[in-house]
Amino acid sequence: MLYINCPHCGMRSQNEFSYGGDASVKRPELNKEVSDQEWDDFVYNRKSLRGKHLELWQHISGCRQWIKVERDTATHEIFRTFKADEEVA
Amino acid sequence: MQKYSIFNLVKNAFSNHENWDLAWKDPTPKEEYDVVIIGGGGHGLATAYYLAKEHNITKVAIIEKGWIGGGNVGRNTTIIRSNYMHDENGLFSEFGMDLWRKMSQDLNYNVMFSPRGIINLAHSDAQMNAYARRGNSMRLNGIDAVLLNREQVKEIIPMADFSENVRFPIFGGLMQPSAGTARHDAVAWGYARQADYMGVDIIQNCEVIGFDVSAGKIKGIRTSRGNIKAKKVGLCVAGSTNILAEKLNMTLPIETHLLQACVSEPVKPVLDSVVTFGAGHFYVSQSDKGEMVMGGDLDGYNSYAQRGNLPTLQHVLTEGIAMMPFLSKLKMLRTWGGIMDMSMDGSPIIDKTHIEGLYLNCGWCYGGFKATPASGWTFAHTIAQDRVHELNAGYSLNRFRTGNLIDEKGLGTKTWIS
Repeated sequence: MLYINCPHCGMRSQNEFSYGGDASVKRPELNKEVSDQEWDDFVYNRKSLRGKHLELWQHISGCRQWIKVERDTATHEIFRTFKADEEVA
Repeated sequence: MQKYSIFNLVKNAFSNHENWDLAWKDPTPKEEYDVVIIGGGGHGLATAYYLAKEHNITKVAIIEKGWIGGGNVGRNTTIIRSNYMHDENGLFSEFGMDLWRKMSQDLNYNVMFSPRGIINLAHSDAQMNAYARRGNSMRLNGIDAVLLNREQVKEIIPMADFSENVRFPIFGGLMQPSAGTARHDAVAWGYARQADYMGVDIIQNCEVIGFDVSAGKIKGIRTSRGNIKAKKVGLCVAGSTNILAEKLNMTLPIETHLLQACVSEPVKPVLDSVVTFGAGHFYVSQSDKGEMVMGGDLDGYNSYAQRGNLPTLQHVLTEGIAMMPFLSKLKMLRTWGGIMDMSMDGSPIIDKTHIEGLYLNCGWCYGGFKATPASGWTFAHTIAQDRVHELNAGYSLNRFRTGNLIDEKGLGTKTWIS
């Protein structure tokens, strides 16, 4: 069982959360020419790192906010959690 | 190589079975190979076997970080089927079914292929319609499919819950009678033994730490046991694909996820086909030892852990108990997890890459085991001829960019779409 520290609600079990994938992926900017490769990278291509991975989760059975979680994909250890709009240093 | 036969079995009995040949050798890596296959799992071993058998290329090495057959070919639920709707998947898998039927003879190794049939249960009229459509598509591709009504399903699996007042009543099902199971480890060992016999070097405990690429062409690999030159390199590393892709500066439409399976304590024969729950993701069969072999959804987040968490297991088994209530009486014997190369459309990739001489085989999602022979056969063709075979032409790497996705079930990296 993973325990995720929701920045809005505190420590909750993974059952309350839904996974949203790699948080480092950036949507191409609007109002500019976007190449097929850029769309491809945004929609499909993922690094899927082994080790520290910054990812999105939604507290779907709680505050329903999207949050960022820094987690180790090899050990399942969770290091830090952030609000969705928080910059991660 | 000593043939495995009743006569050799009797002959070796006189010397207490102490004089059998080794099934495969333990060679030190040579300086150079024509083809290096990275990954000594089912697909890698099959690829090496078909390179030697179909294309007469025997200066081949299989490089394996751990031991052969220690990854997903040793961790799956052994289901073999070709019940796909889309042409790309159907024709590819049905080609594989033919290889499965001949495999024990072909490899002189009993892989215990047991075509016991698979039944996908339907729980609504709409689902019956969808299954009728898929069944018709299968039959157009020469794959056997039978649409069963409720009574027909009841005859085959009377132990399922056929009561009226359940949340997901059984309306019927789609059956592929020629589908089945096989002894997974034997598949890896059988391919390894024949490949070794034909001259392939199986190099275990050898980790790939880098690639030598110059002028857009592969020159060789760097490993924990030294550098190896290679004219061609094939990647067959399933859940480790992203790790090697990073060393090649490639970003792939693949995420690595965790998939669990489990077996119950052994019980007397009760289930003689493979059954899947249609209102979720759960499947079950009974092994020859009597264990109920069960599996279902991904854990749902990127993982390289090869071990799972309980919430998913609980969710999956809840579905199982809804389908076959007697499962709740059984004790769990083992659970385990493997790391899957989940592609974004749920279909695999067998293709060339932008690097000349580098070939990619990945994205097997939930269905890598049954694809072992067809994957090896087509990947060997792709490597040997430097062009894709028509059977794997649809499994291209650039289909995500061009929009030619093969969305068989839409079951890629995200479990909650299902």
